[in-house]
Amino acid sequence: MTDTNARRAALVPGSEGAAQGLDAHLVVDRGTFRLDVRLTAAPGDVVALLGPNGAGKTTALRALAGLVPLSDGHLRLDGTALERTAPEARPVGVVFQDYLLFPHLTALDNVAFGPRCQGFSKAEAREQAAGWLERMGLAAHAGAKPRRLSGGQAQRVAVARALATRPRLLLLDEPLAALDARTRLEVRAQLRRHLAEFEAVAVLVTHDPLDAMVLADRLVVIEDGRIVQEGAPADIARHPRTDYIAQLVGLNLYRGEADGHTVRLAAGPAITTTEELSGPVFVAFPPLAVTLFRDRPTGASARNLWRCEVSGLETHGDQIRADLTGELPLAADLTTAAAAELELAPGAAVWATVKATQTHAYPA
Amino acid sequence: MTRSVHRTRRTVQLAGAGAAALLALSACSSSSDSSTAKATPSGSASASASSKISGDLTVFAAASLKESFTTLGKEFEQAHPGTKVNFNFGGSDTLAATITSGAPADVFAAASPKTMAIVTDKKDAEGTPATFVRNQLEIATLPGNPDKITSLKDLTKSGLKVVLCDKTVPCGAAAQKALDASHLKLTPVSYEEDVKGALNKVVLKEADAAVVYKTDVEAAGGKVAGVEFPESSSAINDYPITLLKNAQNPAAAKEFIALVQSPEGQKVLGEAGFLKP
Amino acid sequence: MTPLDKSGAAAGPRPGRPRRRPVRAGRRGVPLPLLVPGLVALAFLLLPLLALLVRAPWATLPDQLTSSEVWAALRLSLLSATAATAVSLVLGVPLAWLLARTNFPGRGLVRALVTLPLVLPPVVGGVALLLALGRNGVVGQLLDSWFGITLPFTTTAVVIAEAFVAMPFLVISVEGTLRAADPRFEEAATTLGASRFTAFRRVTLPLIAPGIAAGSVLAWARALGEFGATITFAGNFPGRTQTMPLAVYLALQNDPDAAIALSLVLLAVSITVLAALRDRWLTGS
Repeated sequence: MTDTNARRAALVPGSEGAAQGLDAHLVVDRGTFRLDVRLTAAPGDVVALLGPNGAGKTTALRALAGLVPLSDGHLRLDGTALERTAPEARPVGVVFQDYLLFPHLTALDNVAFGPRCQGFSKAEAREQAAGWLERMGLAAHAGAKPRRLSGGQAQRVAVARALATRPRLLLLDEPLAALDARTRLEVRAQLRRHLAEFEAVAVLVTHDPLDAMVLADRLVVIEDGRIVQEGAPADIARHPRTDYIAQLVGLNLYRGEADGHTVRLAAGPAITTTEELSGPVFVAFPPLAVTLFRDRPTGASARNLWRCEVSGLETHGDQIRADLTGELPLAADLTTAAAAELELAPGAAVWATVKATQTHAYPA
Repeated sequence: MTRSVHRTRRTVQLAGAGAAALLALSACSSSSDSSTAKATPSGSASASASSKISGDLTVFAAASLKESFTTLGKEFEQAHPGTKVNFNFGGSDTLAATITSGAPADVFAAASPKTMAIVTDKKDAEGTPATFVRNQLEIATLPGNPDKITSLKDLTKSGLKVVLCDKTVPCGAAAQKALDASHLKLTPVSYEEDVKGALNKVVLKEADAAVVYKTDVEAAGGKVAGVEFPESSSAINDYPITLLKNAQNPAAAKEFIALVQSPEGQKVLGEAGFLKP
Repeated sequence: MTPLDKSGAAAGPRPGRPRRRPVRAGRRGVPLPLLVPGLVALAFLLLPLLALLVRAPWATLPDQLTSSEVWAALRLSLLSATAATAVSLVLGVPLAWLLARTNFPGRGLVRALVTLPLVLPPVVGGVALLLALGRNGVVGQLLDSWFGITLPFTTTAVVIAEAFVAMPFLVISVEGTLRAADPRFEEAATTLGASRFTAFRRVTLPLIAPGIAAGSVLAWARALGEFGATITFAGNFPGRTQTMPLAVYLALQNDPDAAIALSLVLLAVSITVLAALRDRWLTGS
């Protein structure tokens, strides 16, 4: 625990004792499930909580918003303790997964709701709301009821509504999950711009690594109520430390004992790498780096050559993802043409090779 | 063609006559029973004559008869083992309306000739109803009569909460008759739907006084105080009783009517506050 | 290596969720096991009303309805039922909210108790009201001695009796709507700085308006037809406490034709009001 804290302190310079930003230790006990997560962030940071379903991401978000009480721990925002503050008194804005725009109010009045609650007159609140909608490019839709808005528009109204309260902490719960693929691309880019402009702390919850990596400066990966890895997106993508993350970022990941250029896996064969390491390490390589052969390739070196069997095939855009079992369980990507040529089908026996230069080993 | 139709009709007539004869037979036997009972109105005699009486008997009776008829019903069941007397007590008007709508009943005892007329007008009664008791109005006041009510006129004092029965029910009509006879104008707080409703308002101390029957005051025990008033003599209610045409058990019905009219029955009714006819 | 590009693909295809449920199939082919009992139910409900129309004394109807007592009773019925509905709304909606949105020990019991007036014979309800609020009642005694207020035999008593039997309908209806309504809208409102009451007033109330309207109509209808509790608690005095059901009942005692005529008036007025409300409120939005 201690070295984790030290690393976090290093990641967020000045987070300890600094008045600005978010400093939270969220503990929520719910019978069989326990969330125990430490989060720190400086103003301007965008932190993404990434994790599988049921990992506790949304619970963490609700705890930050005050919708779920903390069983233990603390929550400080810009130096102010908030753990006992009612949700309506917290300077926290939330963009809910399905937005929860009030269906009986227009887009304008949805956005004006926050300022109204903060004591602004109806006219003032509406003026502010109009400004936010303008910034979101939604001025033309100010009078529309939520059900008349497209998914992307509704999402932007939800962001505007959350920002209109001028929060010091902006929480976004799966902000893009409700959108279809085409809208998602566009809205993601807009959201990235708005988050970049946002001067306080933003925390977003997502199970989509692409969203997390595009939107966030820092990823916090939660599994089963605990942080399993955190860091810059590129770092995590390159050095996954759990199967879940490796799968998320599309890498084959193995844990083993390195001895020079060879990593001996706990159960199974060895992998030759370019890095020279010793001790416990991770080895990762992308599925695209795997080459498959129907017959044992002649002339190829015996290094990184494994006998496998196809257990499943899946179309992935213009690629085919082959899941292999055998000497080394792995995922391989190949073109549709190549798959046809190899006559791949579940149960087919294949040979898989990976060049040492395509692998990446790092200390565990 | 004509012949066969004629013959069919005759057959029906014959069958009808047969049924009528059967009915007449049973009626004869039962009427002889009741005449025996009438002739020798002692308990033992009626008991000996009652050996043929059995089965369920349904009596529709005015609400004010509840206590005394319940007692008589038990006596009847004891005197005639195997019988069961079912009572339906209610407002005489409601009962009359249900009888004319075809409700199955053997005996109807009403609280006024007017309500009985509803049944006789529809030819639902068998024979002529007989008056078996009379009921006199009385003022029911709070226990101890705190408002010192001694006459009908006292009820018109302002500030006094008086309830009357609605004019559509016998006790209300009688009260109105008494008020009219003494040229009094009384504005009650409520016209209750039946006499028990009126009495209960005083029992619950929601009203200071009610004009009800003497029998109701008796039945309420110490919960109300009764005040007799002279004008009540102008509004004495006759209670008629009759066997009904649709009676399922006419034998038992006649026997019950006889019991009500017997000295024994009159004693029970007298204890409840009823006057002899 | 370009992990970012690949990671997107590696995340797996998003399940292809259909955008909308398929358009509802045509109404043709109503299943017989639904159609037959449904029609029987309709006939069962309408037959008594039909009988009322068939047996109505149409020839003497105008004469029957000229008496001022009829119109006084009708006016009182409409006024008191509306007032009872208003009372039920003001007190019942908050109660429904408490039952639906808060957690307190014995909530299940409280919910059962709230529905008690539904199963209580109305006359018993009237007696209970007398014992509670009558001149000699548990609370009524105090009202009398402190403020000189006695409730029985007043129009207020009519409203109280009607509200007593009608409010459960409203509470149950509104509570059901509240339970069905997404409580996260209230959460969203609180994250925007709204207190719980503001969230209720500005978000929940508009959201459950259809349920409140439906509950009000139920309560109003129940109040309009109320008889037992009213006659027991408020008595029967023309113009003050004699509502239409009381007038009908008493008319039935010696003049069934008048009773039918009065029933027709009550029926016509209720149907008109309910139809108007349905058009304006229930099918709105």
